[in-house]
Amino acid sequence: MSASTDGNLGPSHKLVEAGVALLIGIVGIVVIIGSIRAGIGWGAEGPRAGFFPFYIGLFIVLSSAINLISALRARNHHLFAEWGQLGHVMSVLIPSALFVGAMPFIGLYVSSALFIGWFMRWLGKYRWLTVVAVAIGAPVVTYLVFERWFLVPLPKGPLEDLLGL
Amino acid sequence: MEELTNLFHGFAVALMPFNILVMVIGIVLGVIIGVLPGLGGANGVAILLPLTFSMPPTSAIIMLSCIYWGALFGGAITSILFNIPGEPWSVATTFDGYPMAQQGKAGEALTAAFTSSFVGALFAIIMITLVAPLVARFALEFGPAEKFAVYFLAFCSFIGLSKEPAFKTVAAMMLGFALAAVGLDSMTGQLRLTFGFTEMLNGFDFLIAVIGLFGIGEILLTMEDGLSFRGSKAKINLRVVLQTWKELPRYWMTSLRSSVIGCWMGITPAGATPASFMSYGIAKRVSKNGKNFGHGEIEGVIAPETAAHAAGTAALLPMLSLGVPGSPTAAVLLGGLLIWGLQPGPMLFVEQKEFVWGLIASMYLGNIVGLLIVLTCVPFFAAILRIPFSIVAPLILVLCAIGAYSVHNSTFDVMLMLVFGVIGYLLKKCNYPLAPLVLAIVLGDKAEEAFRQSLLASQGALGVFFSNGLVGTIMALGLIALFWSPLNAGYARLRSAATGRPRPAGPGYE
Repeated sequence: MSASTDGNLGPSHKLVEAGVALLIGIVGIVVIIGSIRAGIGWGAEGPRAGFFPFYIGLFIVLSSAINLISALRARNHHLFAEWGQLGHVMSVLIPSALFVGAMPFIGLYVSSALFIGWFMRWLGKYRWLTVVAVAIGAPVVTYLVFERWFLVPLPKGPLEDLLGL
Repeated sequence: MEELTNLFHGFAVALMPFNILVMVIGIVLGVIIGVLPGLGGANGVAILLPLTFSMPPTSAIIMLSCIYWGALFGGAITSILFNIPGEPWSVATTFDGYPMAQQGKAGEALTAAFTSSFVGALFAIIMITLVAPLVARFALEFGPAEKFAVYFLAFCSFIGLSKEPAFKTVAAMMLGFALAAVGLDSMTGQLRLTFGFTEMLNGFDFLIAVIGLFGIGEILLTMEDGLSFRGSKAKINLRVVLQTWKELPRYWMTSLRSSVIGCWMGITPAGATPASFMSYGIAKRVSKNGKNFGHGEIEGVIAPETAAHAAGTAALLPMLSLGVPGSPTAAVLLGGLLIWGLQPGPMLFVEQKEFVWGLIASMYLGNIVGLLIVLTCVPFFAAILRIPFSIVAPLILVLCAIGAYSVHNSTFDVMLMLVFGVIGYLLKKCNYPLAPLVLAIVLGDKAEEAFRQSLLASQGALGVFFSNGLVGTIMALGLIALFWSPLNAGYARLRSAATGRPRPAGPGYE
């Protein structure tokens, strides 16, 4: 499943492109099924709710099939990305997912402080002093700008309750 | 004459102290957005859109459009100083801008880029001032069939003029339509494509999609290699500016040509990126200094910057007068208008004169303010780039999360944003265009409504879309735009057969 160029390994572009085309095609099938459920015929109000999305689904399936065939037929031996590069991407994506997942429970300010701190310490290798300064400073500035200046409420957690914010 | 009176009234609105303040804030934020990787005009405006909910609509649109102008200016700074295009439309600027900076002419290159951007924008704004009211007046005659035909033309133009493979553009666009269809059907009140998930009742908000696709997706792409900016100092002093300004009138023909190309590409809606490349290519071909292009030729900076800015500005013409945005950023601005309860399109010029002309006047002022700010603050903006990416990236991600949350005060939207980020990363890596996807999410409902109303009126006969000269012409133009590539290739083949000369190789279907 891995291609190799110059000794570097990673998923092949061809394979990922085919996978993406296939996924989009599956979305198209889901849209068609949902549209049929909503009704694709002609009702008292004219075309029914599923009429338009049904044809959109058909277009999705059709164009995905063509993209899938051209992906499989292409003489493309490039890598989609090296495993190391995908590791870099994951090193951002996984903490981002944790940051987003923690938000409903501990609020945006604390989760963003932890996220920024982790990012700077883990990937940036900064001194603790710098990490703490930015990780605490950024949410404070965010609070002042969004909540105080523009009156945009952001999700809060136990800490903010404790501080009475 | 009436337009001039309205414009002067618009200046009175735009010159209010608060509006001048939001203009300056917007430009500064926009330049920062244009400079930073992972933040672009579209998602920058999308993130900051919730901040404007508490403002009067005119001030809000002035601030957001100024962010857009700022982003257009900002892209040039990184291209010239670091050879890193901050925005896709700045790629062509690197060809000669960066070599000029290497030769110690960074000041000249930046002055030429900013001034050309200003000239391009000014040309487009004058065109909007003169043409938009006429287009709007003309569009007042439109019924549902004509409205759908305009949408059809816009979407076909995207497919026909896209540099990506046509079926990838179709797939991306149809995905956008499908996402727009999720939730409550506006015509029958029926739920569709929700599959029992209550979170899907309101459908997918385009702002979440924009922030995810353009913001998170871009960060993930950037993180593949990690970014290491080389620190570099840039100074612009008055002497360099004046010297460059003295030189620029010599290239008036390049500026004029690039402005026209930019306006055309902005309206059609091919966009600023192809406009900048096309303008650079033509300038290289017709210039007497063509051989110097790529080695630090000032004309190679003027051409793409003029065209990109003209296209970016002209994209607002169809948005204002027809309700059809010409670029992803214009689509976000259109979404903003809808949120503030304004209906973009021809009626805007009738019902919201003060708003429209205030916006148009602010375009003039915003670009003047923008030019002054970027000329004076280059060292500051260049310094931003020296902040390591391991600090900038998490801050951008947090900003994206805030933007996504504040659209509906929903943490589910933030999760959705992350999913869109992964989708954006995959689609971009696989060469799918994101702009048509966003445009379809924004316009999907309106296009569907126009389509269904037309069919209802005609009892299901598709002939309604060719039932009169106007709708037939627009639909025919749409079909020509849709098959532009094969038509062009066929014409070239016929010409080469007639002249007996072999055809130059063109870009093929990847």
